[in-house]
Amino acid sequence: MAQFIEEQEIIAIAREELPARAAQLAKEGWRIVHVACIVQGDQLELLYAFDRAYKLVNYRVLVPKSDPVVPSISGVYLAAFAYENELQDLFGMRVDGLVLDFKGQFYRKRHQAPFNPPTCAPAEPAAPAPAAGN
Amino acid sequence: MAQRTIVPFGPQHPVLPEPIHLDLVLEDELVVQAIPSIGYVHRGLEGLAQKKDFHEMVYVAERICGICSFIHGMGYCTGIEALLQLDIPKRANRLRVILGELSRIHSHILWAGLLADAFGFESLFMHSWRVRELILDLLEEATGGRVIFGICKVGGMRRDIDDDQLKRMLDKLDGIERECCVITEPLLNDSTVRKRTVGVGMLPQETAHLLGAVGPTARASGIAMDARRLGYAGYNKLNFEPIVETGCDSHARSAVRVREIYQSFDLIRQAIADTPGGDVDLKLKPGVNPKGHYAARLEQPRGEVVYYFEGNGTPNLHRFRVRTPTFANVAPLVKMLEGCQLADVPVIVLTIDPCISCTER
Repeated sequence: MAQFIEEQEIIAIAREELPARAAQLAKEGWRIVHVACIVQGDQLELLYAFDRAYKLVNYRVLVPKSDPVVPSISGVYLAAFAYENELQDLFGMRVDGLVLDFKGQFYRKRHQAPFNPPTCAPAEPAAPAPAAGN
Repeated sequence: MAQRTIVPFGPQHPVLPEPIHLDLVLEDELVVQAIPSIGYVHRGLEGLAQKKDFHEMVYVAERICGICSFIHGMGYCTGIEALLQLDIPKRANRLRVILGELSRIHSHILWAGLLADAFGFESLFMHSWRVRELILDLLEEATGGRVIFGICKVGGMRRDIDDDQLKRMLDKLDGIERECCVITEPLLNDSTVRKRTVGVGMLPQETAHLLGAVGPTARASGIAMDARRLGYAGYNKLNFEPIVETGCDSHARSAVRVREIYQSFDLIRQAIADTPGGDVDLKLKPGVNPKGHYAARLEQPRGEVVYYFEGNGTPNLHRFRVRTPTFANVAPLVKMLEGCQLADVPVIVLTIDPCISCTER
């Protein structure tokens, strides 16, 4: 039996293009499949996956960790509110313009951004203690 | 204008086997808005994938859910096999189809019982779960497990199901299918049941599509989408079409699941008839690790599930992401609840067959 591998296209876009691209995809009849976030060093890689007639297309958006902000597409695809709240809750991102914004409380969790914890600065060496008796 | 009140629904509620919370904004008895929140049982399994060897992670993937456990294991293996470019034996694929469809039947029968329980049809609830036991017996005989099976592995199957077992399974299917008719007839045609489901929880086709509905929830709104049609595990060699209804209401969602039960019986018979001899396991070369990225899509009983993999050539995956069908159906659920009566909320919630453990991962 031939091995089954689904063809999947990945298209890189800038984050500013997201809302317009989403509006275009909705107009063309694409369904939102999911939004995934992958931590890549000092960047966050977002994959917005859409399907039409069993064809999967991913839009890749790279966002620097130092400025983890993306525009929301929930105004076009309401279903994106769940994925985008997940980005805020688990990865510490900020999604601007979310239609249903839980402000980090969609998931009940103890730690902020558990999947993307802030990098700890190396501890500075402790100052030597003054010698006793001087 | 009626006064607005907010009624919390869940996380503990008689119709919810698992915790999800909805804030229902009411005007008298009418729901004008439903605001969901989750996270009561989030386990961080996606994070665990970065620490576990990718072979060991099969067992974790299977534990994402206790109902569709087999298909979670199978989906994980399908994705890793695609990354490793493995061509697994046909017999293994056929056995996966058989076990996957048995899982679908038992999941749908379990759901039928829960729905019956939600509108107070206790005898139907108990009868459904009694029939489900017969399917679990088949799964136990085939795999040794009733909830977690541990039979799927990267490269095929851990154990074979021999031809005698398959024949015994085939012999029992007819009887179980007859038993299913006793459940499905009242679920679809009983007048009191129809009063609770027909025209309740409407989800028009365009809305379902825009909100990303999947599985029976989408198919009951007229969307002919079934991830098995992609062709994984040799489904493209089997004769079936997505089950579609156009009622867009709770009754249509019930009808899709009922018809899928019988479709699954048919698929099992087709798969058993087409199961060749031979190995069920491909020996992997040591030291070969997944590299690259791939999204595996499968059809769970509740709808399309997506597993995204990113491997970096080490035994640990760099990223493993699971988008479960219930997660995709949360937005459609919110839309279905708008405009319904408070008393209909439990029934509507159950018609998406929510699986919160899946959703929380």
